[in-house]
Amino acid sequence: MTIEVIKPGLLATPQDPGRAGLAHLGIGRAGAFDIPAFRLANALVANPRDACALEMTLLGPTLRFHCDARIAVAGAPLPMQIDGAGQPMWTPLFIRAGQTVTFGAMRSGSRTYLAVQGGFDFEPVLGSRSLDVNAAIGPLGRPLRVGDVLAVRKTGNGQRATKAHWSIDPRPWFDAESPLRLLPATHTHLLDAASREALFSQAFQVANDSNRVGVRLRGAQLRLDRPVELVSEGCVAGTLQLPSSGEPIALGVEHPVSGGYPRIGQIAAVDLPRFAQRRPGDALRFAPCTLEQAQRALRERERQLREMERLIATRLKHDA
Amino acid sequence: MSDFIAEPLSEDALLLRFGDSIDPAINARVHATATRLRAAALPDVCEIAPAYASLLIRFDPLAWMGLRDPDEAPHARLLDVIEPLLRNPDTAAASTMARIVEIPVCYGDEYGPDLDEAARHAQLDAREFIARHAAADYSVAMLGFAPGFPYLLGLDPVLHVPRRATPRTRVPAGSVAIGGAQTGIYPRELPGGWQIIGRTPSVLFDSDRAPPCLLAPGDRVRFRAIDEREFAALAQT
Repeated sequence: MTIEVIKPGLLATPQDPGRAGLAHLGIGRAGAFDIPAFRLANALVANPRDACALEMTLLGPTLRFHCDARIAVAGAPLPMQIDGAGQPMWTPLFIRAGQTVTFGAMRSGSRTYLAVQGGFDFEPVLGSRSLDVNAAIGPLGRPLRVGDVLAVRKTGNGQRATKAHWSIDPRPWFDAESPLRLLPATHTHLLDAASREALFSQAFQVANDSNRVGVRLRGAQLRLDRPVELVSEGCVAGTLQLPSSGEPIALGVEHPVSGGYPRIGQIAAVDLPRFAQRRPGDALRFAPCTLEQAQRALRERERQLREMERLIATRLKHDA
Repeated sequence: MSDFIAEPLSEDALLLRFGDSIDPAINARVHATATRLRAAALPDVCEIAPAYASLLIRFDPLAWMGLRDPDEAPHARLLDVIEPLLRNPDTAAASTMARIVEIPVCYGDEYGPDLDEAARHAQLDAREFIARHAAADYSVAMLGFAPGFPYLLGLDPVLHVPRRATPRTRVPAGSVAIGGAQTGIYPRELPGGWQIIGRTPSVLFDSDRAPPCLLAPGDRVRFRAIDEREFAALAQT
């Protein structure tokens, strides 16, 4: 039950929901950046929600399967072929031992998940199969390389079903364009008038050096009314920090567990998947939002996601 | 009146702030609170992370939101539950129960390339500088920057040395360094701008070890000066 890496692509990493509970030791969560796409990919191969999948970035890998497998791909639109024949995303696919799966370059967005039935079988590191690329913690300790052999867990229900004649509509689950809802944060009120105006009226551009740690935003230079000296405090993903350069940085899933920059906004949790899909050069706008609105939106999204997971499970049973 | 500020950071995070400075008394309050909250084993609370003057609590927002009333505020509910645990913190008990960890350090030369400059800045000779650094009683205010990186309280004010004008791209693992009023130890090779005064053979972080970090928040730390031979011997083990 193995898959061999023929080409690694730009940045392919094993990810699960992440390594929660260790921030007090300076250890971050990492984990899949676009959680709904990750969960749906797993659902499409009847995996549990926390199974380990492959997070691919911008340019996908080429993989040779040494076993029969059921796979699914969800996230940013990514051309994919099995032995040269084009294949759809957002649906379960069957691979025979000896076949090669080739991924191309994402047409938009930046992260796509490959789930395989049973999940990738890495030994958990500190309770998770996620690779924290920056901290070099997790399976392999680094992104995929040519020649890596990835083990897949055997499952009891590995039925060789016929090809699925359905797929799920990606529209609610992939969005790399809509404005991101932004909650006020500790120092939002300290932005000067022009900066407060610019934050919501102007488009920012995702800088080239953006990664899973953080996304630097080019555009309006933002300033505080007065400088603030801060002692380091705990950080979370989605925080919009303002270093003295005036270029805000939005924290990603590999953010340091603490930081001392002013916090001028917090991307709503419901929009973190959309944030995860922005690629260097993409425009990014913010829309104001309250914590209560963000909470309601998050709960509604979770309801829809669970409903979709249930629907998928029903279809998979029916197909079998 | 409460002596802290509770601030929602995100849908799933609440920050308790007990002050806004690097102060041993405030930090002791943070650790005492963290200890109490951990002992309470609150359901659906997944992270209790101390910093210098604040404590980050992360929880499952859907579990704390309450499934019936869509407007029920999870932060307020969580705060109601933890409020009694925040009263009358026993900071003295927390600090007397703290572990003491000895960290052997080989100061100066290739292990501490900035020692001479730091000593000049402090107007001490290198031996005096080492003696003062090794004499103090430190405590782990927080871990951050990188897995297992301890920010230590207790640095002698005479030894406060400004950061390097140009940060190094590679600071070796085990480097003991000073940045302004702070001192810490690099768990692995990292970029960094602090002045490197020595190096420890102790392994501060190993993801295959249980626990992975040599130091935990609230631990007390003593440095012991060692020579290169002892460094080599300890590094073998």
